[in-house]
Amino acid sequence: MILVLLVVLPLLGAIAAALSGRRNAQLPRVIALGTTVLTAAVSIAALVQLLGDHDAMFAWSYTGEPGMVVFRLVGDGLAMPFVLLTALLGIVAVLASWKIDDAPGAHHALLLSLQAAVTCVFLAGTLLLFYVAWEAVLIPMFFLIGKWGHENRRHAALKFFIYTFAGSALMLVGLLVALTYTGGGAIGDITVPIPADVQVWLFWLLAAGMLVKIPAWPLHTWLPDAHVEAPTAGSIMLAGVLLKIGGYGLLRVAIPYAPEGFKAAAPILAGLGIIGIVYGALMAFAQSDLKRLVAYSSVAHMGFVLLGISTGTALGFAGAVLAMVSHGLVAGLLFLLVGSLYERTHTREIARYGGLAAQVPRWATLFTFAALASLGLPGLSGFPGEFLAFIEGFGEFGWWMIPAGIGVFLAAVYNLSAVRRVNFGPLAGEWSSLADASTVELVAALPLVVAIIVLGVAPGLVLRLTDPVVRGITMILGGGS
Amino acid sequence: MSLLAGNPLSVVALPFALALLIAAGGKKFVSITQWLAVVAPVAAALAGVGVLASSVPTAAQDVAWLSQGGSVVTAGLAIDNLTAVMLVIVGVVATCVVVFSIGYMADDDARPRYFALLALFTGAMSMLVMASSLVTLFIGWELVGACSYLLIGFWYRKPSASAAAVKAFLTTRIGDVGMLLGLALLWRVTGSLSIPEVLAAAPEIGAGIVTVIALLLFVGAAGKSAQFPLHIWLPDAMEGPTPVSALIHAATMVAAGVFLVVRMWPVFEVAPIALDVVLVVGVVTAFFAATVACVQLDIKKVLAYSTISQLGFMFAALGAGATGAAMFHLTTHAAFKALLFLGSGSVIHAVETQDIREMGGLLKKMPVTGTTWLIGVWALSGLPLLSGFFSKDGVIASVLHAAPLAGYALIAASLLTAFYAFRVTWFVFFGSYRGSAHPHEGGLVMTAPLIALAVPAIALGYFSAPFMQSLGHEAEALDPVVAGVSVTVAVIGVLLAAALYRLGVDRLETERTSLGPVHGVLFSAYGVDSFVTRFLVAPLEKVASWFYEVVDRKVIDGAAEGTAKLTMLFGRLASGLQTGETDVYASLLGVGFVVLMSIAIWLGR
Repeated sequence: MILVLLVVLPLLGAIAAALSGRRNAQLPRVIALGTTVLTAAVSIAALVQLLGDHDAMFAWSYTGEPGMVVFRLVGDGLAMPFVLLTALLGIVAVLASWKIDDAPGAHHALLLSLQAAVTCVFLAGTLLLFYVAWEAVLIPMFFLIGKWGHENRRHAALKFFIYTFAGSALMLVGLLVALTYTGGGAIGDITVPIPADVQVWLFWLLAAGMLVKIPAWPLHTWLPDAHVEAPTAGSIMLAGVLLKIGGYGLLRVAIPYAPEGFKAAAPILAGLGIIGIVYGALMAFAQSDLKRLVAYSSVAHMGFVLLGISTGTALGFAGAVLAMVSHGLVAGLLFLLVGSLYERTHTREIARYGGLAAQVPRWATLFTFAALASLGLPGLSGFPGEFLAFIEGFGEFGWWMIPAGIGVFLAAVYNLSAVRRVNFGPLAGEWSSLADASTVELVAALPLVVAIIVLGVAPGLVLRLTDPVVRGITMILGGGS
Repeated sequence: MSLLAGNPLSVVALPFALALLIAAGGKKFVSITQWLAVVAPVAAALAGVGVLASSVPTAAQDVAWLSQGGSVVTAGLAIDNLTAVMLVIVGVVATCVVVFSIGYMADDDARPRYFALLALFTGAMSMLVMASSLVTLFIGWELVGACSYLLIGFWYRKPSASAAAVKAFLTTRIGDVGMLLGLALLWRVTGSLSIPEVLAAAPEIGAGIVTVIALLLFVGAAGKSAQFPLHIWLPDAMEGPTPVSALIHAATMVAAGVFLVVRMWPVFEVAPIALDVVLVVGVVTAFFAATVACVQLDIKKVLAYSTISQLGFMFAALGAGATGAAMFHLTTHAAFKALLFLGSGSVIHAVETQDIREMGGLLKKMPVTGTTWLIGVWALSGLPLLSGFFSKDGVIASVLHAAPLAGYALIAASLLTAFYAFRVTWFVFFGSYRGSAHPHEGGLVMTAPLIALAVPAIALGYFSAPFMQSLGHEAEALDPVVAGVSVTVAVIGVLLAAALYRLGVDRLETERTSLGPVHGVLFSAYGVDSFVTRFLVAPLEKVASWFYEVVDRKVIDGAAEGTAKLTMLFGRLASGLQTGETDVYASLLGVGFVVLMSIAIWLGR
């Protein structure tokens, strides 16, 4: 029942926020914050329940016709890290949009329904629900970008929608094929063995939608546009959680249904991942727009995720999960900071900043911290995942890891040059009365900072959860067709 | 003592906690909390002494840091004698540096940040040297790099400081990528990253692969220890506060590369080709950096190139297979170079410039700084009786034995060492004062650390035998021939410096003209820096923006947007067919039928 709450609570909050927004501008914010905090509390309760269960999995099903599962939510060790991440970023997103005056009721309603939809993707226990939730994510995001975005919001919103929708359409075909082999509709409940030759194209069909979402090179160009135009909360959710459903889908659906197809595709996935690592970093370095820089850094980070998955090993999968959770935290923090800076300066042009450390020390400290986390500094959350993807990738693909190593170097290049150009040097004259990060922003940033450090020091917290599920996936892979 | 020695984790955790406390205390409490920063290195030193005194190594505390599906990457800490020696070095130098900083940084607004970072550095450095797993080592390795970055850029308003900070991090990061590849290869070959396990497996690894592993690890070491051509960051790193240079960029972090090779010795031992590379790089660096140091006008730049050169001596010893000699030189160098850096800090604090042309006659005005500085350069030059004489002698003897030609190059570098050391000394401490400040000693917090460091700089040389024994080497007697030769060249160097500069301060001005084009080459450190900027940094920016403008926007995004436009175009064309005229529809139906039938027939052949 607790899993249903995780989906329903934000939905109820969304309705309340939408209704209250007509009377009062402050009310929807408070309702949204209350809802997200409550949802986070419920997620933690779910986590406690999971840790108590030695089954390492608990589910809630609604069974309609005999033998046909209509609605099924599964909270296992693979889903829960992402559910918790979503819950945390949900709070951050609400706090980040505290100052939005343009229809706050609708804004928060959309944010909360987005959270419900994403959580539902992670918890989905049937293929149908997985697909419905997957597509449901698009709608609130589309409106968030289209209405509350910046100058080019309409184009970006449409591009985001069509691009990912085209990918999902292919995925739908794949899911329908997968469904024909699935008894009762529950994910992974494969009753008829899928022939190996079917698996080869089935994997690519399923992966098509997921690779767009991750996004894998060269399917990434919707991302920078969407990020730059999205409002801060939209960017936080987009980078923090939405991209993760791609990697999650590969682990949850595509690989278990088409293990042979995955094995055949693995070198290509690794290639796309490695290209993404180098390419994303190089593109980030080329940016003059701070938000676009962070957006391209996502391409690089998600390249590590794809690389980790492509290894097909337990530690590789673990690395991918860690890298995803970490990227959710780090990109969330970066977009929060960049958004708050934009709110004050109305520019994202890096060249116009400079020396901000002297004027806004709290903001600058957080930004430097986030940049160090983003470049994968050990001790912070980015390192363990990328390290695992790297060493396991080397185990599988050998010296092809050299370009990935160059990517590791370039990550330092673009992050530190951003810090230098924004924070260091003499203070740019026009910002001599810039205000430092507000209390609301600090409250939003603090849990992210703590989580980044905790996960960097003790990645085992997540790996302990994922271990049984990852064992299951590697067993499917090892078992052959 | 045994409490700390028995719990390596506390030696890491304590400094981190202190860093947090100092940062949290802020400006209000910094006059109290700055003293907390002393506790961290003292703890490290005590842990080291504890192990050395009892000569019982602390067993590894390993944990399964990353584990999934039965595969495990362990992390862990342990203290053996090698670690203990490093801990004592780190602890003693850091203690002196923190105390010195309390005087040196007294007027700085950002002291909480400064002392918090010093504490953080101490913890990270302790983690590096105590690591019993290569993952732990790498974490410490990167964290000291991050502390170095943040401390070089401490005065971030200065564009040169922030540029130097970035350069330092990026240059060492190149080495780190090599090291990361080395770890990945070790992981693939041995299935472990635990240091004892990896070292035990080393002899069984194929000769080719083990050579590659050793070389990759050495790339990491060369980046950290500023070996040619990855040395370019260290001279720039002098933008940081001078005590930081003493701690991080002279005594401890930059020596981590040497430590890494010694720690991973069984891997290097079975890779003779890799050792040859280490030897050549070490000798080239030692000689090259010494020549550059001869013409610098910035007191810290001289010391920076001197550090690069001395690290080259250590790597040369490693290449010759003499780990004991390398470690001994590392130890004495830590003492006398930290002393010299703090001495230069004391001078800079007094005269408010780093340009040696604006100094002079400071021995009389600053007797403690002057005297301890003389001890430092005496040791550095390898003149008899002080520590540097003994350790450098060991290095040169071992290299001469392994590769005579390389040995001669080191002897030449020794001559240059004595020359540049005394060149600076004459200009700073002798003659008459040429600047406009009122130089004076900086108080007890600044002079006491100088005196404290002068003691090991003098005496360490006499503890060569127990030092070697504690690291499991046989104590070697001084080679009288080598000693004679190296003393002779050192004396020649000193006399040459005296002859050229002692009597005429104006000689410094004519240095440029009398050396001609050679001066420019030396002064710019052979132009390696501008080469890198011109042929690596600038192209990278161009490549990045070309890829963005052309590949990303035009090709990839163009394809995506183009597909959308094409679809819209088809849509418009198709909608043009919707005329509502039935004869058009009927004829289209006919065409469609024919096409479909043809396909069906073709498929059913």
